[in-house]
Amino acid sequence: MRKKIGLTGDGAAAEAMRQIDPEVVAVYPITPQTEIVERFAEFVAEGLVQTELINVESEHSALSACCGSSMAGVRTMTCTSAQGLALMHEMLYIAAGNRLPIVMVNVNRTLSAPINIHNDQSDSLGSRDAGWIQLYCENPQEVYDTVIQAVRIAEDHQVMLPVMVCLDGFIVSHNMEPVELLDDGEVKEFIGEFKPRLNLLDTERPITAGNLTLPEYFFEHKYAQVYALEQSKEKIEEVGREFGDRFGRRYGLVEGYKLDDAEIAVITLGSMAGTARVAVDALRGEGIKAGLLKMRCYRPFPVQELAGALKNIRAAAVMEKAVSPGAPGPAVFSDIIAALYRQSVRINLISYVAGLGGRDVPVKSIHRVYEHLQKVAASGEPDRILNYLDLRGWE
Amino acid sequence: MALNLKELSQREPLFTGGARLCVGCPAPMIVKQVLYAAPHNPIVVNPTCCLEVSSAVFPYSSWKVPYYHNAFENAAAVASGIERAVVALKKRGRLARDKEFDIIVIGGDGGTYDIGLQALSGMLERGHRCLYVCYDNGAYMNTGIQRSGATPYGAWTTTSHVGPAQKGKQQPRKDIVQIAAAHGAYAANASLHAWRDLMRKVQTALNYDGPSFINVQAPCPRGWRFPSSKTVEIARLGTECCFYPLYEVTDGGKKWIINHTPRRKLPVEDYLRPQGRFAHFFQKGNEYLIEEFQRQVDERWEHLLKLAEMS
Amino acid sequence: MKRKINDSIRKLDKTCLPNWYEIPLAGAILSEGSEDYETGSWRTRRPVWNKEECTSCLICWLFCPEMAIKVTGGKMAGINASLCKGCGVCANECPREGAMTMVEGGEYRDCKV
Repeated sequence: MRKKIGLTGDGAAAEAMRQIDPEVVAVYPITPQTEIVERFAEFVAEGLVQTELINVESEHSALSACCGSSMAGVRTMTCTSAQGLALMHEMLYIAAGNRLPIVMVNVNRTLSAPINIHNDQSDSLGSRDAGWIQLYCENPQEVYDTVIQAVRIAEDHQVMLPVMVCLDGFIVSHNMEPVELLDDGEVKEFIGEFKPRLNLLDTERPITAGNLTLPEYFFEHKYAQVYALEQSKEKIEEVGREFGDRFGRRYGLVEGYKLDDAEIAVITLGSMAGTARVAVDALRGEGIKAGLLKMRCYRPFPVQELAGALKNIRAAAVMEKAVSPGAPGPAVFSDIIAALYRQSVRINLISYVAGLGGRDVPVKSIHRVYEHLQKVAASGEPDRILNYLDLRGWE
Repeated sequence: MALNLKELSQREPLFTGGARLCVGCPAPMIVKQVLYAAPHNPIVVNPTCCLEVSSAVFPYSSWKVPYYHNAFENAAAVASGIERAVVALKKRGRLARDKEFDIIVIGGDGGTYDIGLQALSGMLERGHRCLYVCYDNGAYMNTGIQRSGATPYGAWTTTSHVGPAQKGKQQPRKDIVQIAAAHGAYAANASLHAWRDLMRKVQTALNYDGPSFINVQAPCPRGWRFPSSKTVEIARLGTECCFYPLYEVTDGGKKWIINHTPRRKLPVEDYLRPQGRFAHFFQKGNEYLIEEFQRQVDERWEHLLKLAEMS
Repeated sequence: MKRKINDSIRKLDKTCLPNWYEIPLAGAILSEGSEDYETGSWRTRRPVWNKEECTSCLICWLFCPEMAIKVTGGKMAGINASLCKGCGVCANECPREGAMTMVEGGEYRDCKV
């Protein structure tokens, strides 16, 4: 029976994991992810899942153990945040290079130093080149739905790549919202049984995996992985569509809000989209043609979809919760410029770094971004391309 | 299973020739013994090490068993995941309950004593039924003979040089077996020359209801600076001078058993002299190095005798 | 059947290298041994086996790091010249004088090891 209950983002992730009932979960506690592992450990203790929970001694070992169990051909999940993701960094590349369909929930938190447990997306955005699929969620419902879809995407035989499901720490992870849960049986049926392509336990066909691969083969090996990630776009869309057809909530790569006739738009990931939506509604009430583009899928980057959605926009701002010190622009902004360039879409684009280390991004601040965009749209060229929202001493 | 060479030699080797290890390398001698002793279906996890980069070179594999290399410092964690996967499948009835696997990590001392120690400790503490075998060649040989926590006192390496200001490594070896035993695991010290002892230990470990660790002396011709034909001989000397004694710790770390007491305990000079890494021990004015080495060996051996006596 | 996957890559290895879409998933291959990777060419010395003196104690077989000691029916049967790297462990460990001796020169392929 489907039911609607109040859940935090962490609670929603844990609930999805309970229904997925993976064979192995290896996890290490870290704020603000801890609520997921605590809840899941309760499910284990209560016998609500059959999962083998490995309480490892570090995130490094969490993802390492996941690589082991996934290579042994079983469905495997983990979750982490910030420093934990950073400690996993080496294994992120290995999990992807070894084509292991691990699903990880990453509760976005800033990276130290200075030490801070609050939200921004510098952890997962910093891992953008590790070869994982990255999906960003706006609210607990999306977390729940996306974790379930992630299993199907990762384990698809053409994909066979790990998926990171990202949700903003505290803002999504600890705020309670009504979440519609599917029936346990519906989830089981939707995800199906994992049919591994590589299996260490197959003693009839023993495999050697994780080989040393010398220069004459490495490039080809790597490109095969790159190609799979590129192609996974179709699968992400297909699974999101099927999820919508079956359960009523449809998902894609990007999601526009009042974008069709918009002249100015904000592009963002995660929970900021929810806040921006409120700003858009207010601006529309004033007759201003404002829109919003939420990037659900950041890796693989939806180049055509994003450029297509923006091609008639006069000015757009990329709002992201991460900074790339010394770079020509922050990560998402730079990626979008590359995508627009590739698709020959020329629009005025500005960047806003916002909300670092848990700094609140209220509606009124987003209004200021739209005000800036109106000026850019009117003048036809940006006065300042790189901007920092609500940074004292910046203006 | 009988440990009889005639019988073993008629079984299919699970590690083959064609590996690109150095001439006279001890690693395959150990791998061969470990795999022949394994009673069930072995699955090998290999951290990054000499063995890995020489035996699993795409598109060649010297292995005939399932084999997985992931990274340098995490082999014990990877093995933990594989072990739980087996348990999970059995629990769900998707794997026959009587299908047994021997999950064996085979790693060098760098990946065990140093960078992999945390993952090893985690594996032992959580009680995974995995066997961790360290082929202990006493330095980072894969990167070219750098000192590790397993390098003996006074030994030359490319990061513990010998010069007027310093005579090789300044510290003694880490006692990894004691660390493993402190976790309550089955822990043992073995040597490749004592094949019956090593293979029996592997069998004991793999039939042990819990985690296990075996440290195996692995003289490296390249890093220790001796002729490639002397690999086994040097190992024998290491044991006969009590630098590398054969012992095991059972009963959850409580019972210490010495498996071999030399009939005549050799002086450490006999072990040190054939090895180029100790050449400076024999230069005029450096006699104290031999004395100090002997003192350390004696001290540890006496301690071991006491532990065995007490338990 | 078992050798199919690795063989197809290796054949390409010798003639033309595989394209990216021919690399198996994750570069994983079948564990089927590497005896066909000939390490015998590394040899600068070679062991000479004296069948008359040999008692087939198999100590050489046990310690040979290259699995290059051929054994049939539990009896020593010779040395695999394509694998033997000439380390000399067999001769050093042989308990019987004159059963195994090292001589200079690798004499790869046509040697009478």
